[in-house]
Amino acid sequence: MRARRVIPCLDVQHGRVVKGIRFGGLKDAGDPIERALAYDRDGADEICLLDISATVEERRPLHDLVGRVADLLSVPFTVGGGIRDLEEMRSLLLLGADRVTIGTAALDDPDLINRAAQRFGRQFVIVSIDARRAGGRFEVTSHGGRRPRGLEAIAWAREAARRGAGEILLNVIDADGTRAGYDIALTRQVARAVRIPVIASGGAGDALDMARVLLEGEADAALAASMFHDGSHSIRGVKESLRAHGVEVRL
Amino acid sequence: MIGIIDYGAGNLRNVQAALDRLGVPARRVARAGEIAALDAVVLPGVGQFGSAARHLEAAGLQGALRDWLETGRPFLGICLGMQLLFESSQEDEAARGLGFFPGRIGRLEALRLPHIGWTTVEPAPAGEDSIFHGLPATFFAYFAHSYAAPAAIPGVAALASCPPPFAAAVRRGEVWGVQFHPEKSGAAGLRLLQNFARRAAIPPWRGAA
Repeated sequence: MRARRVIPCLDVQHGRVVKGIRFGGLKDAGDPIERALAYDRDGADEICLLDISATVEERRPLHDLVGRVADLLSVPFTVGGGIRDLEEMRSLLLLGADRVTIGTAALDDPDLINRAAQRFGRQFVIVSIDARRAGGRFEVTSHGGRRPRGLEAIAWAREAARRGAGEILLNVIDADGTRAGYDIALTRQVARAVRIPVIASGGAGDALDMARVLLEGEADAALAASMFHDGSHSIRGVKESLRAHGVEVRL
Repeated sequence: MIGIIDYGAGNLRNVQAALDRLGVPARRVARAGEIAALDAVVLPGVGQFGSAARHLEAAGLQGALRDWLETGRPFLGICLGMQLLFESSQEDEAARGLGFFPGRIGRLEALRLPHIGWTTVEPAPAGEDSIFHGLPATFFAYFAHSYAAPAAIPGVAALASCPPPFAAAVRRGEVWGVQFHPEKSGAAGLRLLQNFARRAAIPPWRGAA
């Protein structure tokens, strides 16, 4: 039996977990190490840590933090934010990251996807797509949603997969932090356009939202932040609920 | 002492961290000359079969690992480290593995690849000498790969129960390969590593060199 994954995401800025709405209005949401450990114990299938200020401030991700979190986790650990080159990926791998996500750097230099997959294997390379609704289509943005790139999300997902991405992390900015549900239609379109797994992100409010994006949206994994950070939902509780909705999960 | 082979292609720190948490003495080993004195060897690995095989060769480790395997002492290959125990792989036909298990690693047949995430593993009935001893008849393990050993290969010790199944583990004597990542598979994975460490601590393996 293959389980769908529930992935809590830690957006980290200046060493603290933060969370806002549509990439703005950030509020403190705790200590990343405590959070990561608590989510691991609560049944998270993977932990994602995104250094959300890295690209904007041209900083390297927080290596210390990555190493300390990696050493404590008994589940896979994905790290993203500000990763520009293979050397940085290698550093993160050595620090204990199981996988990395690249967004802006892949847009600036799409061949980076090919080189990363060649060097570390496809399973190591997640291409994250921050999509924003623009008229009747979804536009790819970079720099934390600030910069439109003139690319259409589904086409970019296809290209990323063709170049060697092992997974797509699809984040719909219009839904981010709103808890109004994932964008099911776009997730399904992307999932059907590629033959690699898709992680849905943006908009999770409860277990039903997750069940819908996993079943109707055909995502392989559901990522969420706010609903876990504020303590309104436990991961175990959400997974029990998912099972009740007919989603295979690891419990 | 368990040696974790460092050949530039592995996520060594996670294996080290898991063994540290279990209180099992382990350290990185990058030189062929250091291998013979170990109690057990763990060969981790991420990336591609061909480049990993060439890294092993370039580091002069292929011969020392083959010698180790010949003596039948405890060995655990993880993920790509399991695949390297075979003769070859569809991923890179020109590359040569360690050849301890006969046969070729093949590309998985699945709707979406890579196969990433948690899939149930069904070990063959496990006695006290098995790394699966004390684990449930079916348990979830974490996988991240696109290639695997076929289900029908000699030495299969566990199957991944997804359609179509593939070898989640192989065994010959004290030599094991697991396609999943025990260091990232929660409590079940830690138990497996602990079992392996116990085997490694039993005479005549201990200090057999």
